[in-house]
Amino acid sequence: MPSYVILEKCDGCKGQDKTACMYICPNDLMVLDQERMKAYNREPELCWECYNCVKICPQQAVDIRSYADFVPLGASVVPLRGSQDIMWTVKFRNGEVKRFKFPIRTTPEGQAQPWPDEWKTETDDIKSPLLCTEPGSTLASELPTLKK
Amino acid sequence: MQPFETVVVDTDLLILGGGMSACGAAFEAAYWAKKHGLKVTVVDKAAMDRSGAVAMGLSAINQYIGYGKGQNTCEDYVKYVRQDLMGISREDLVYDIARHVDSTVHLFEKWGLPIWKDEKGEYVHEGRWQIMINGESYKVVVAEAAKNALATLGDKGEIYERVFIVEPLMNGDTCVGAVGFSVREPKFYVFKAKATIVCMGGAVHVFRPRSVGEGLGRAWYPPWNCGSSAYFTIKAGAEMTCQEVRFIPVRFKDGYGPVGAWFLLFKSRATNAFGGEYMVERAGELEKWAPYGTGKPIPANLRNWLGMEDIMEGKGPIYMRTEEAIANLAAAYKDDPKAFKRKMKELENEAWEDFLDMTITQSFLWAATNVKPEEKPSEIAAAEPYFIGSHSGASGAWVCGPEDLMPDEYKEMWKDIGIYNRMSTVKGLFCAGDASGASSHKFSSGSHAEGRIAAKGAIAYILDNNQAPEVDMGKVEQLKETILKPLKIFEEYSALSSDPEINPNYVMPKMFMFRLQKIMDEYAGGVTSQFTTNKPLLERALELLQFLKEDSEKLAARDLHELMRAWENVHRMWIAESHVRHVLFREESRWPGYYFRADYPNMDEQNWRCFVNSVYNPETGEWTLKKVPVVNLPV
Repeated sequence: MPSYVILEKCDGCKGQDKTACMYICPNDLMVLDQERMKAYNREPELCWECYNCVKICPQQAVDIRSYADFVPLGASVVPLRGSQDIMWTVKFRNGEVKRFKFPIRTTPEGQAQPWPDEWKTETDDIKSPLLCTEPGSTLASELPTLKK
Repeated sequence: MQPFETVVVDTDLLILGGGMSACGAAFEAAYWAKKHGLKVTVVDKAAMDRSGAVAMGLSAINQYIGYGKGQNTCEDYVKYVRQDLMGISREDLVYDIARHVDSTVHLFEKWGLPIWKDEKGEYVHEGRWQIMINGESYKVVVAEAAKNALATLGDKGEIYERVFIVEPLMNGDTCVGAVGFSVREPKFYVFKAKATIVCMGGAVHVFRPRSVGEGLGRAWYPPWNCGSSAYFTIKAGAEMTCQEVRFIPVRFKDGYGPVGAWFLLFKSRATNAFGGEYMVERAGELEKWAPYGTGKPIPANLRNWLGMEDIMEGKGPIYMRTEEAIANLAAAYKDDPKAFKRKMKELENEAWEDFLDMTITQSFLWAATNVKPEEKPSEIAAAEPYFIGSHSGASGAWVCGPEDLMPDEYKEMWKDIGIYNRMSTVKGLFCAGDASGASSHKFSSGSHAEGRIAAKGAIAYILDNNQAPEVDMGKVEQLKETILKPLKIFEEYSALSSDPEINPNYVMPKMFMFRLQKIMDEYAGGVTSQFTTNKPLLERALELLQFLKEDSEKLAARDLHELMRAWENVHRMWIAESHVRHVLFREESRWPGYYFRADYPNMDEQNWRCFVNSVYNPETGEWTLKKVPVVNLPV
């Protein structure tokens, strides 16, 4: 059961028709049991352990117990993802704990501006090989082509 | 069976998929569509924030040229790919991606992706072409820019998530859209489009993987990549290329953590159980694969091959010597205990981030086995075969290149339907990322760049051929019936037995997949046959695949999720058949570390330094295979 849901913590995203883990799972594995109002992973053997359900859960109710067919028991790897960085707590089988923190983005969430002001597209010609923002965004003065 | 509403969506440009190439396509399309008042529709089977192969994140960007900074040229990149793929690549496509990829990477940085910088503010290179990133949110950032770009189109920019695309919609020889279904509600979707871009990734779980219990899911490439791109283009009648050129990654064993940073950044060695270094001890074998084996860098498949020879001789396990590499890197600081400690901490962080950003399981496996990379080595191994035209494999559709780079011999092939960059041999059908073949080593960044290229090509096509797509709704009704059939079969027959999974009238998607994997593993050169096959084995594979194909009409599904699984596995079956036919046709061994033809154990430059292309005729069900010359660019 690669990702699993801790019953005590899961609130089924408070009775909405779609939970956060259902929304995000790239493999459509997470599903809400409407009777119990608890989410679960319906095909653990197709779980990539991408941790997206773990990272998104507002209740921190999803954890990973890594693949039982080759990972010994006793370790844990737990993320805490913020708006600018992510903190990982890695617990070894022998009890040792390590912590790592890495940046995740340099712009505020939602603020990726598709076309930066300084890179104007040089052409309106739909047949030109130049793409939008080019050549400015290549940092070269012109787009390379084969020397004839 | 509950009734399924048919939802018809009319659009100008349809983008299928949500990964890196689809995000590139959506971003670029939005710019040009706005200028010309066109509509753009994206369909993703998951949620775009975390869909595709970069869903977990990445720790490096593997294609960056730096030509604007004078670091490398596009010509250098063409030579690199030519060498790695043993002479077989579409150099016009490779050059084209190379000249746009820097723009894409610079945009990523502006959008908010943290790229490692050195003290001079330059990107930190892992290798010549690879740069290091803090990539946990790589996909989130790239998807956000694509969505923000689409949003500028108002109601002419739309995204459908959780809709699984099954089949192309054809009008004669022209692609006019696609059909699929929602995996959330009983809705059948018909997307009518003037042009369609296929960005639905490569294929995983076609071959039986090494882990077959829970660890089945721990594929190196994501398990949701099921060959939908190849299925779509094959069924549309598009010419396919390099379908034999599968990829087998050597990775940290079982967890499949990346080795690139260890080999390139940390300069680690790999040694066998007896301390021998196969890259040194077996260097003589490389002569056999000259000129590629004797060139630099040594092609990925040949590095695999030398390691595999060690395994076949019983010299395993093979270890990545992480402890030695870290000791070597820290040695420069050995006289200053404080600086030494700081350096060790820095290296430890880098080593763990490499896994935590993109293969978290590998960190888990280290922790669960009390491994500290600075103290002891870790096993590496060849994984199982994958279809991934964006990496060091090359499978995909045969597509048109750019006017200024494409050799005349190839231009000839598009003269009747028009030269539009990244259009397949089918009118209105474009491909990018893993969907387009013979243009390897585009990785995440190049796939995004290729999505952009395809989008501009597709908009140009729409402007020149601005006709409303003609769709035969009678055919659509037939497709709907076929696509929903697994639900009907389950409903009709499941009451027969006490265990709905075991029933003589149908096969469930999971067992169907296992049957396919067993055929491919044992006959087409999978893990248990040490990646080796021959003509009789391949012909037997085709016989068994025929039974499977017949039984695919008896797939059953309990719900929408299982209906998606049923069709995903049909897609896998088609890429499998296409692969077997290509491997059978090419009578030589050219990429021995990917597969080995025991009946043709040598590379044959005279007869086989060419592409193998195939076409499936949807009318007659016949496959045609042929050789197509490799035309080198003058670089």
